Amino acid sequence: MVYVVIIFLWTAILLYILLGGADYGAGIIELFTSKGNRHRTRKNMYEAIGPVWEANHMWLIIVIVILFVGFPKIYTTVSIYLHIPLVCMLMGIIARGTAFVFRNYDAVKDDMQRVYTRIFIVSSVLTPFFLGIIAASAVSSQIDLRAQDFVSAYIYSWLSWFSIAVGIFTVTICAYLAAVFIIGQAEDEADRKLFTRKARYLIFIVMGAGALVFLAAHFEHIPLLHWIFSDVPGTIAIILATISLVIMFYYLNRNAPVLLRLLAGFQVAMILFAATYSHFPDIILLKGGQNLSLLTHQGEFKTIQALGYALLIGSIFILPALGYLIYSFQKKGSATAEH
Amino acid sequence: MDDFFAARLQMAFSLGFHIVFSCIGMVMPFFMCTAHYYWLKKKKPVFLDVTKAWSKGVAIFFATGAVSGTVLSFELGLLWPKFMEHAGPIFGMPFSLEGTAFFIEAIALGFYLYGWNRFHPWFHWFTGVVVGITGLLSGILVVAANSWMNSPSGFDFVNGQYLDIDPMKAMFNAAWFSQALHMCIAAFVSTGFAVAGVHALMILKGKNTDFHSKAFRIAAIFATVAACLQPLSGDISARDVAHRQPAKLAAMEALFHTEKGAPLVIGGIPDTATKTVNYAIKVPKLLSFMATHDFNAEVKGLDRVPKKDQPPVVVPHIAFQIMVGLGMAMMAISVIYFIALIKKRSWSGSQWLLKLFVLATPMGYLALEAGWTVTEVGRQPWIIYGVMRTSEAVTPMPGIAYSFYLFTAVYISLAIIVSLLLFRQITMVGKLYDSSADHKTR
Repeated sequence: MVYVVIIFLWTAILLYILLGGADYGAGIIELFTSKGNRHRTRKNMYEAIGPVWEANHMWLIIVIVILFVGFPKIYTTVSIYLHIPLVCMLMGIIARGTAFVFRNYDAVKDDMQRVYTRIFIVSSVLTPFFLGIIAASAVSSQIDLRAQDFVSAYIYSWLSWFSIAVGIFTVTICAYLAAVFIIGQAEDEADRKLFTRKARYLIFIVMGAGALVFLAAHFEHIPLLHWIFSDVPGTIAIILATISLVIMFYYLNRNAPVLLRLLAGFQVAMILFAATYSHFPDIILLKGGQNLSLLTHQGEFKTIQALGYALLIGSIFILPALGYLIYSFQKKGSATAEH
Repeated sequence: MDDFFAARLQMAFSLGFHIVFSCIGMVMPFFMCTAHYYWLKKKKPVFLDVTKAWSKGVAIFFATGAVSGTVLSFELGLLWPKFMEHAGPIFGMPFSLEGTAFFIEAIALGFYLYGWNRFHPWFHWFTGVVVGITGLLSGILVVAANSWMNSPSGFDFVNGQYLDIDPMKAMFNAAWFSQALHMCIAAFVSTGFAVAGVHALMILKGKNTDFHSKAFRIAAIFATVAACLQPLSGDISARDVAHRQPAKLAAMEALFHTEKGAPLVIGGIPDTATKTVNYAIKVPKLLSFMATHDFNAEVKGLDRVPKKDQPPVVVPHIAFQIMVGLGMAMMAISVIYFIALIKKRSWSGSQWLLKLFVLATPMGYLALEAGWTVTEVGRQPWIIYGVMRTSEAVTPMPGIAYSFYLFTAVYISLAIIVSLLLFRQITMVGKLYDSSADHKTR
């Protein structure tokens, strides 16, 4: 049963990166869009995301619940040593979620709109940045359970060039996902061209940020290359991701929005797979060599069993409903919320 | 400010904030669906307007409740890691089910808010009902986790070890039913009175009277029925607390000494040094009756609890008085309202009745916050009653005071913005919704 729980955990993380990530990306793209195009981008983006956007962020809650119910030691270790980046991320989540609805539901459209938009954009960048920092800190042996002073226990547990590089990489991934997603939402040819151009730039930016991650890993003596290429599945995943990127370039200009979305999702899934496979079942790598493992640090048998059944039963309700929601609003064209 | 106190304050603030938003998110969908039902049945456009206006409120409060709930799921670990390390696997069952309920709520809300004129009208209405039901279920499930902290079960605590864990037993703990019942009714009372009060004020101002009268009536019926049911659930809760957590009841009632035929202490300021209550009204034997349904039964006082296990007295006692007092006031208004509806038709719509409801606007939420203060402060010094102390659970990270200031500042600014938004929604009703003058099909 623990493997069922782990599969749910991994899938929920992936879906959060894909769906939540594209959602954050929407805000990031807004930041890098000229004022003239901003309105067009926003209109296309949010009409697509509107109905689904609350659901996109539920995946994070699922991840957290799985961690604190099934793997409490892992949840509490992260909570203690990564307190500061977690609080930063939470601030981003609060600011972003509320600014988005406030912008949508303020009955008077006045200067406050600019305030909401500014908050929304800034938090759209900061939240995935800190998510990346947290993920990187978990696997880069920075957390030191024996640290005695504040700085080495609670600051250097997450502050490193590698974490910052992964944070930037996460931000670019989100922007990339949003850019690919929005191509399919374009209402006319001009929009489609604009968004396609954006997606193409972003592919290069993502690759640049990826190179930055490897560079930072090299300087911090993190054997990232070894992790990914030391075993066959990780290597295959990276090769497949590269191939799909080539296919992507070919179809970018050829009006195949669904294929593009699938390819982008596939690439992110492969990157996550390669990044997690070589450590499995370890999920948190600590300073000094001991690690927290999903298998040895799992909760008691009955807890895992109950959690597994709860997740299975939950997905029977959630997945069809979510599928129908996405299907309904894709099929019938752009959604129109009444304001 | 020391870290432990800062952590407690931050948790209290976060919960106090979240509870208001989640209650509105739980209850407003039912109001909205009732108005929507009338629109589908009677085809009077004013009901459609009310439905749409309320759906904006639901959207705003759901989003705010969702983010503050997300924050709480992290804060449990950020502030109380030792607690979560042991409690997580035991009381996790309701949380994992709540995750499902909450997820479905978010999906249903997507259907509802964006589904106008896209689906069969009754399917669309049904998605609104699903929002309400799953919201209520989430609330009930989350209360299961809190009630477990009050009546821990589903494990054996042996030499500091948590053995033989059974998540199902933990979920169906002894306090769940009474606490969840009291909480759900409280959500209806507080949201009902708040919504009714706002609409009553607008009727008094003479603005869009038809719109506000319809809205007032729906909210007032929910609120008043719930307010009359609440004392019954309060009775169940009182006996339950007397039985399981005598220390909490003693603190609530400032009962320093164990007594047979104990009096009910109304109001007053407890003096912990002299172990007396000043300026209080005492009703002989009533506390014994309330705790056990027997006027002469013995009620355990704080003297039966070791000094180090005693909860604070002043805060729970005063909070309890506030809760009961406001509850009684709201029940009285409810009774008057029923008389107005059934016997004295001339009363309904009269100025003074509306003014009473305006006066009662904040009462429900004040009572709600007071009630949570009673149950949380009354459980101290324990985080898991009788098993783990709150001070043992707190994070080792220093500097929590800064985190507290940060979160407080954020919550206060959010409260201000949400109030501004609501104010604007309400004042714009005339322009956006009121169809009594000329109705455009939207």
